[in-house]
Amino acid sequence: MDVVEEHDIQDKHTKKKTKKPKKQPKPPHENGNDSMIEKTEPEHVDAPAEFSFPPTFSVSEIKNKQRRHLMFMKLKQEKRKAPPKEVPKTIENQRVYDETTVNPEDEEVAFDEGTDEFSAYFNRLTNPKVLITTSDRPRGRTVRFCNQLATVIPDAHVYYRRGLALKKVIPQCIARGFTYLMVINEDRKVPNGMVLCHLPDGPTAHFKVSSVRLRKEMKRRGKDPTEHSPEVILNNFTTRLGHSMGRLFAALFPHDPQFVGRQVATFHNQRDFIFFRFHRYIFKNEKRVGIQELGPRFTLKLRSLQKGTFDSKFGEYEWVLKRHENDVCRRRFNL
Amino acid sequence: MQHDDVIWDVIGNRAFCSFKVKTKVQNFCRNEYNITGLCNRSSCPLANSQYATIREEKGQCFLYMKVIERAAFPARMWEKVKLSKNYEKALEQIDQNLIYWPRFIRHKCKQRFTKITQYLIRIRKLTLKRQRKLVPLSRKVEAREKRKEEKALIAAQLDNAIEKELLERLKQGTYGDIYNFPIHAFDKALEHQDEESETDSEEEEEEDDEDVGKKEFVAEDEIEESDLSDFEDMDNLKAGSDEHEESSEEDESEEEMEEEPEASGSKGKMPLKGAVFRKKRAYVEIEYEQEMEPVPKSKAT
Repeated sequence: MDVVEEHDIQDKHTKKKTKKPKKQPKPPHENGNDSMIEKTEPEHVDAPAEFSFPPTFSVSEIKNKQRRHLMFMKLKQEKRKAPPKEVPKTIENQRVYDETTVNPEDEEVAFDEGTDEFSAYFNRLTNPKVLITTSDRPRGRTVRFCNQLATVIPDAHVYYRRGLALKKVIPQCIARGFTYLMVINEDRKVPNGMVLCHLPDGPTAHFKVSSVRLRKEMKRRGKDPTEHSPEVILNNFTTRLGHSMGRLFAALFPHDPQFVGRQVATFHNQRDFIFFRFHRYIFKNEKRVGIQELGPRFTLKLRSLQKGTFDSKFGEYEWVLKRHENDVCRRRFNL
Repeated sequence: MQHDDVIWDVIGNRAFCSFKVKTKVQNFCRNEYNITGLCNRSSCPLANSQYATIREEKGQCFLYMKVIERAAFPARMWEKVKLSKNYEKALEQIDQNLIYWPRFIRHKCKQRFTKITQYLIRIRKLTLKRQRKLVPLSRKVEAREKRKEEKALIAAQLDNAIEKELLERLKQGTYGDIYNFPIHAFDKALEHQDEESETDSEEEEEEDDEDVGKKEFVAEDEIEESDLSDFEDMDNLKAGSDEHEESSEEDESEEEMEEEPEASGSKGKMPLKGAVFRKKRAYVEIEYEQEMEPVPKSKAT
C-alpha cells in the first residue's frame, strides 16, 4: 500500500510539472519540496498531498482517471459531512479575562484564605449566629421578609431596630456572641438593600437587593422549611472578590448540613448578580433529582466591600462598585 | 404719609398682594417679617407702621422692630436687636424693648420666640442621632440594571445548575450511604473495568503494529483468506475462519471492537465480554480444523 501510494504521488507531481510549467513557476518548486518531504514520511500520505496543491487546482484537472475518481469521492465525502456545530457566542464565553481569577492551586490564595477573617469559621472554631434587623420603621413586607430569612438561616434572630445606631449595636452583638449582622434596608415599603457584616471585625458587604419574592408569592412551592441545616451551593464565584463573597455566604450556615432535611440554599453568581434560592430536593434515581422551591428568593448585587465592621465614614473600602467601569465593556464582570 | 387703612384696603381686600397665599379656608402671608404667618389686618407688616417680629439666623434669634418715624427711610426701617441665648433673659429683653407696644404684638412676639427656640432644640437633638442620607436614583440606570438582571437570570438556568450540582455531589459520595442506588455503584465498577480493558487493548495494539510486516510461517492446516471462496460449506467453516480473520487483521477489527462496547452504553454483559475477549488476544490461537468430506458437486453418473 505504502509503496504504491508513493508512486502515485510522484506521478501526480510529475504530471503537474509537465502540464503547467509556464503558468505556475512556483508550484514545481513547491512540489519539489513537498515530494522531498513526502518521501521521508511515507505513512501519512494523504493529508499533506492535498495541501500541497496550489489553490487554483481543481479535481477535474487530474489526468489519471483512477486518481481523479478517488479525489472526487473524497471531495464528495467531505461535503456530505455535516459542518461542525458552531458554538454560539454568549456573554459568558466572551467575558473579558479578569486577572484576579482564582486558580485552584494558587498557593497565595490558599494562604490568604487560611489567615483571613473567615478562617475561624472554616477551622471550626466558631458557629454562625446571625442577627437580622432592618432600617427604621420597617413596613410589613420587610418584616415578613426578615422572618422568612430567619427560617432559612439556622440560628438567626430577628430584632426590631429601635432607631439604634449600628456602630453602637455592633459591640453589643459581639458581646452576645453573634457572628453576623444582617441589616435589611427598606425604601417605600420594599426591601432594597442589605448590609452583611461579619462580626468579630470582619468585612462588611453592602448589597442592592432586588426581586424579592416572599413565600406566599411562590408558585408551586412546598411546605415551610424545617429546622434542619441546609446544604449550601455556591456557583460561579471565580475571582478573588468572588471568592471572598463565597466565603462570606458560606460562613452564614452551620458547618455540617443535615442531609436528612434535604434542603439546599443556593447562591448563584451570574454576571455579577447573585441569585439566592432555597429548595428541597429529592433523588428519584441516580440520574434524576427533583427540586421544589420553598423559601424566599431574592437577588443581590454587591455595591461595596469594606474591610472592617460597618463604618461608612472612616472605613477602608476594599472594593466599591463604580458604574462607569462596567459601562465601558459589557463583558466585564467583577465577581 | 402712612395710611395703614388705605394700604390694607388695597392689598388686603381689593387688589393684589404679592405676599398673599390664598387657600380654601385661610390666607397666608409670605412676607419674611410677618409675625404669625397669616394674612390679617393686624399681622400684615405692610399695613402696620408700628410692627415687631422675631427672626432666626443660624441659631441666633433677633427682635426686629419697625416704627412710623423711620417709615420714610426704608434702609433703616427695621431695628435689629440680638436676643440672649437664655430663654428667660430673652423674654425679658423682648418685654423691655416692646414696652408700651400693643399687647397683640408683644404676645405674638413671645409666642414666636418660644416656637423658634423649641425647634432649634429639636434640630440640635436630631443632629446627634443618625442622619438619613438620601441617595438619588437614576431612572435609566435602574431600568438598565433590571433588564440586565432578567437576562442574567435567563442565562443562569438556575434549576439545571442546582440539579447538576446535586447529582455531582451524589456521585462524589458526599451523602454517604443515605441513598441506596445499587445500580449506580455497579455502573461505577463497570466503568472502572472498561478503563482497565481499554488500556490493555491499546498496549496490544501497539504490539500488533510492530508485528505488521514481519513474516510468519504458519501451518498448512490454517485457512487463508484467498481460500475462503473455494469452500462450499461455508457454515461449518465460518466460525473457524472468522476467528482466523480477526487474528490476522488485528488492526482494523480492534478498533471496531473497541467502539462497540462503548456504543452499547456500557451496561450489561457486553463490556465484560469485550474485556474477556481482549485478554485472550495476547495468546496465539491455534485452531484445529477438521476437514469434512466436501459434498461432490455433480452426482456421479
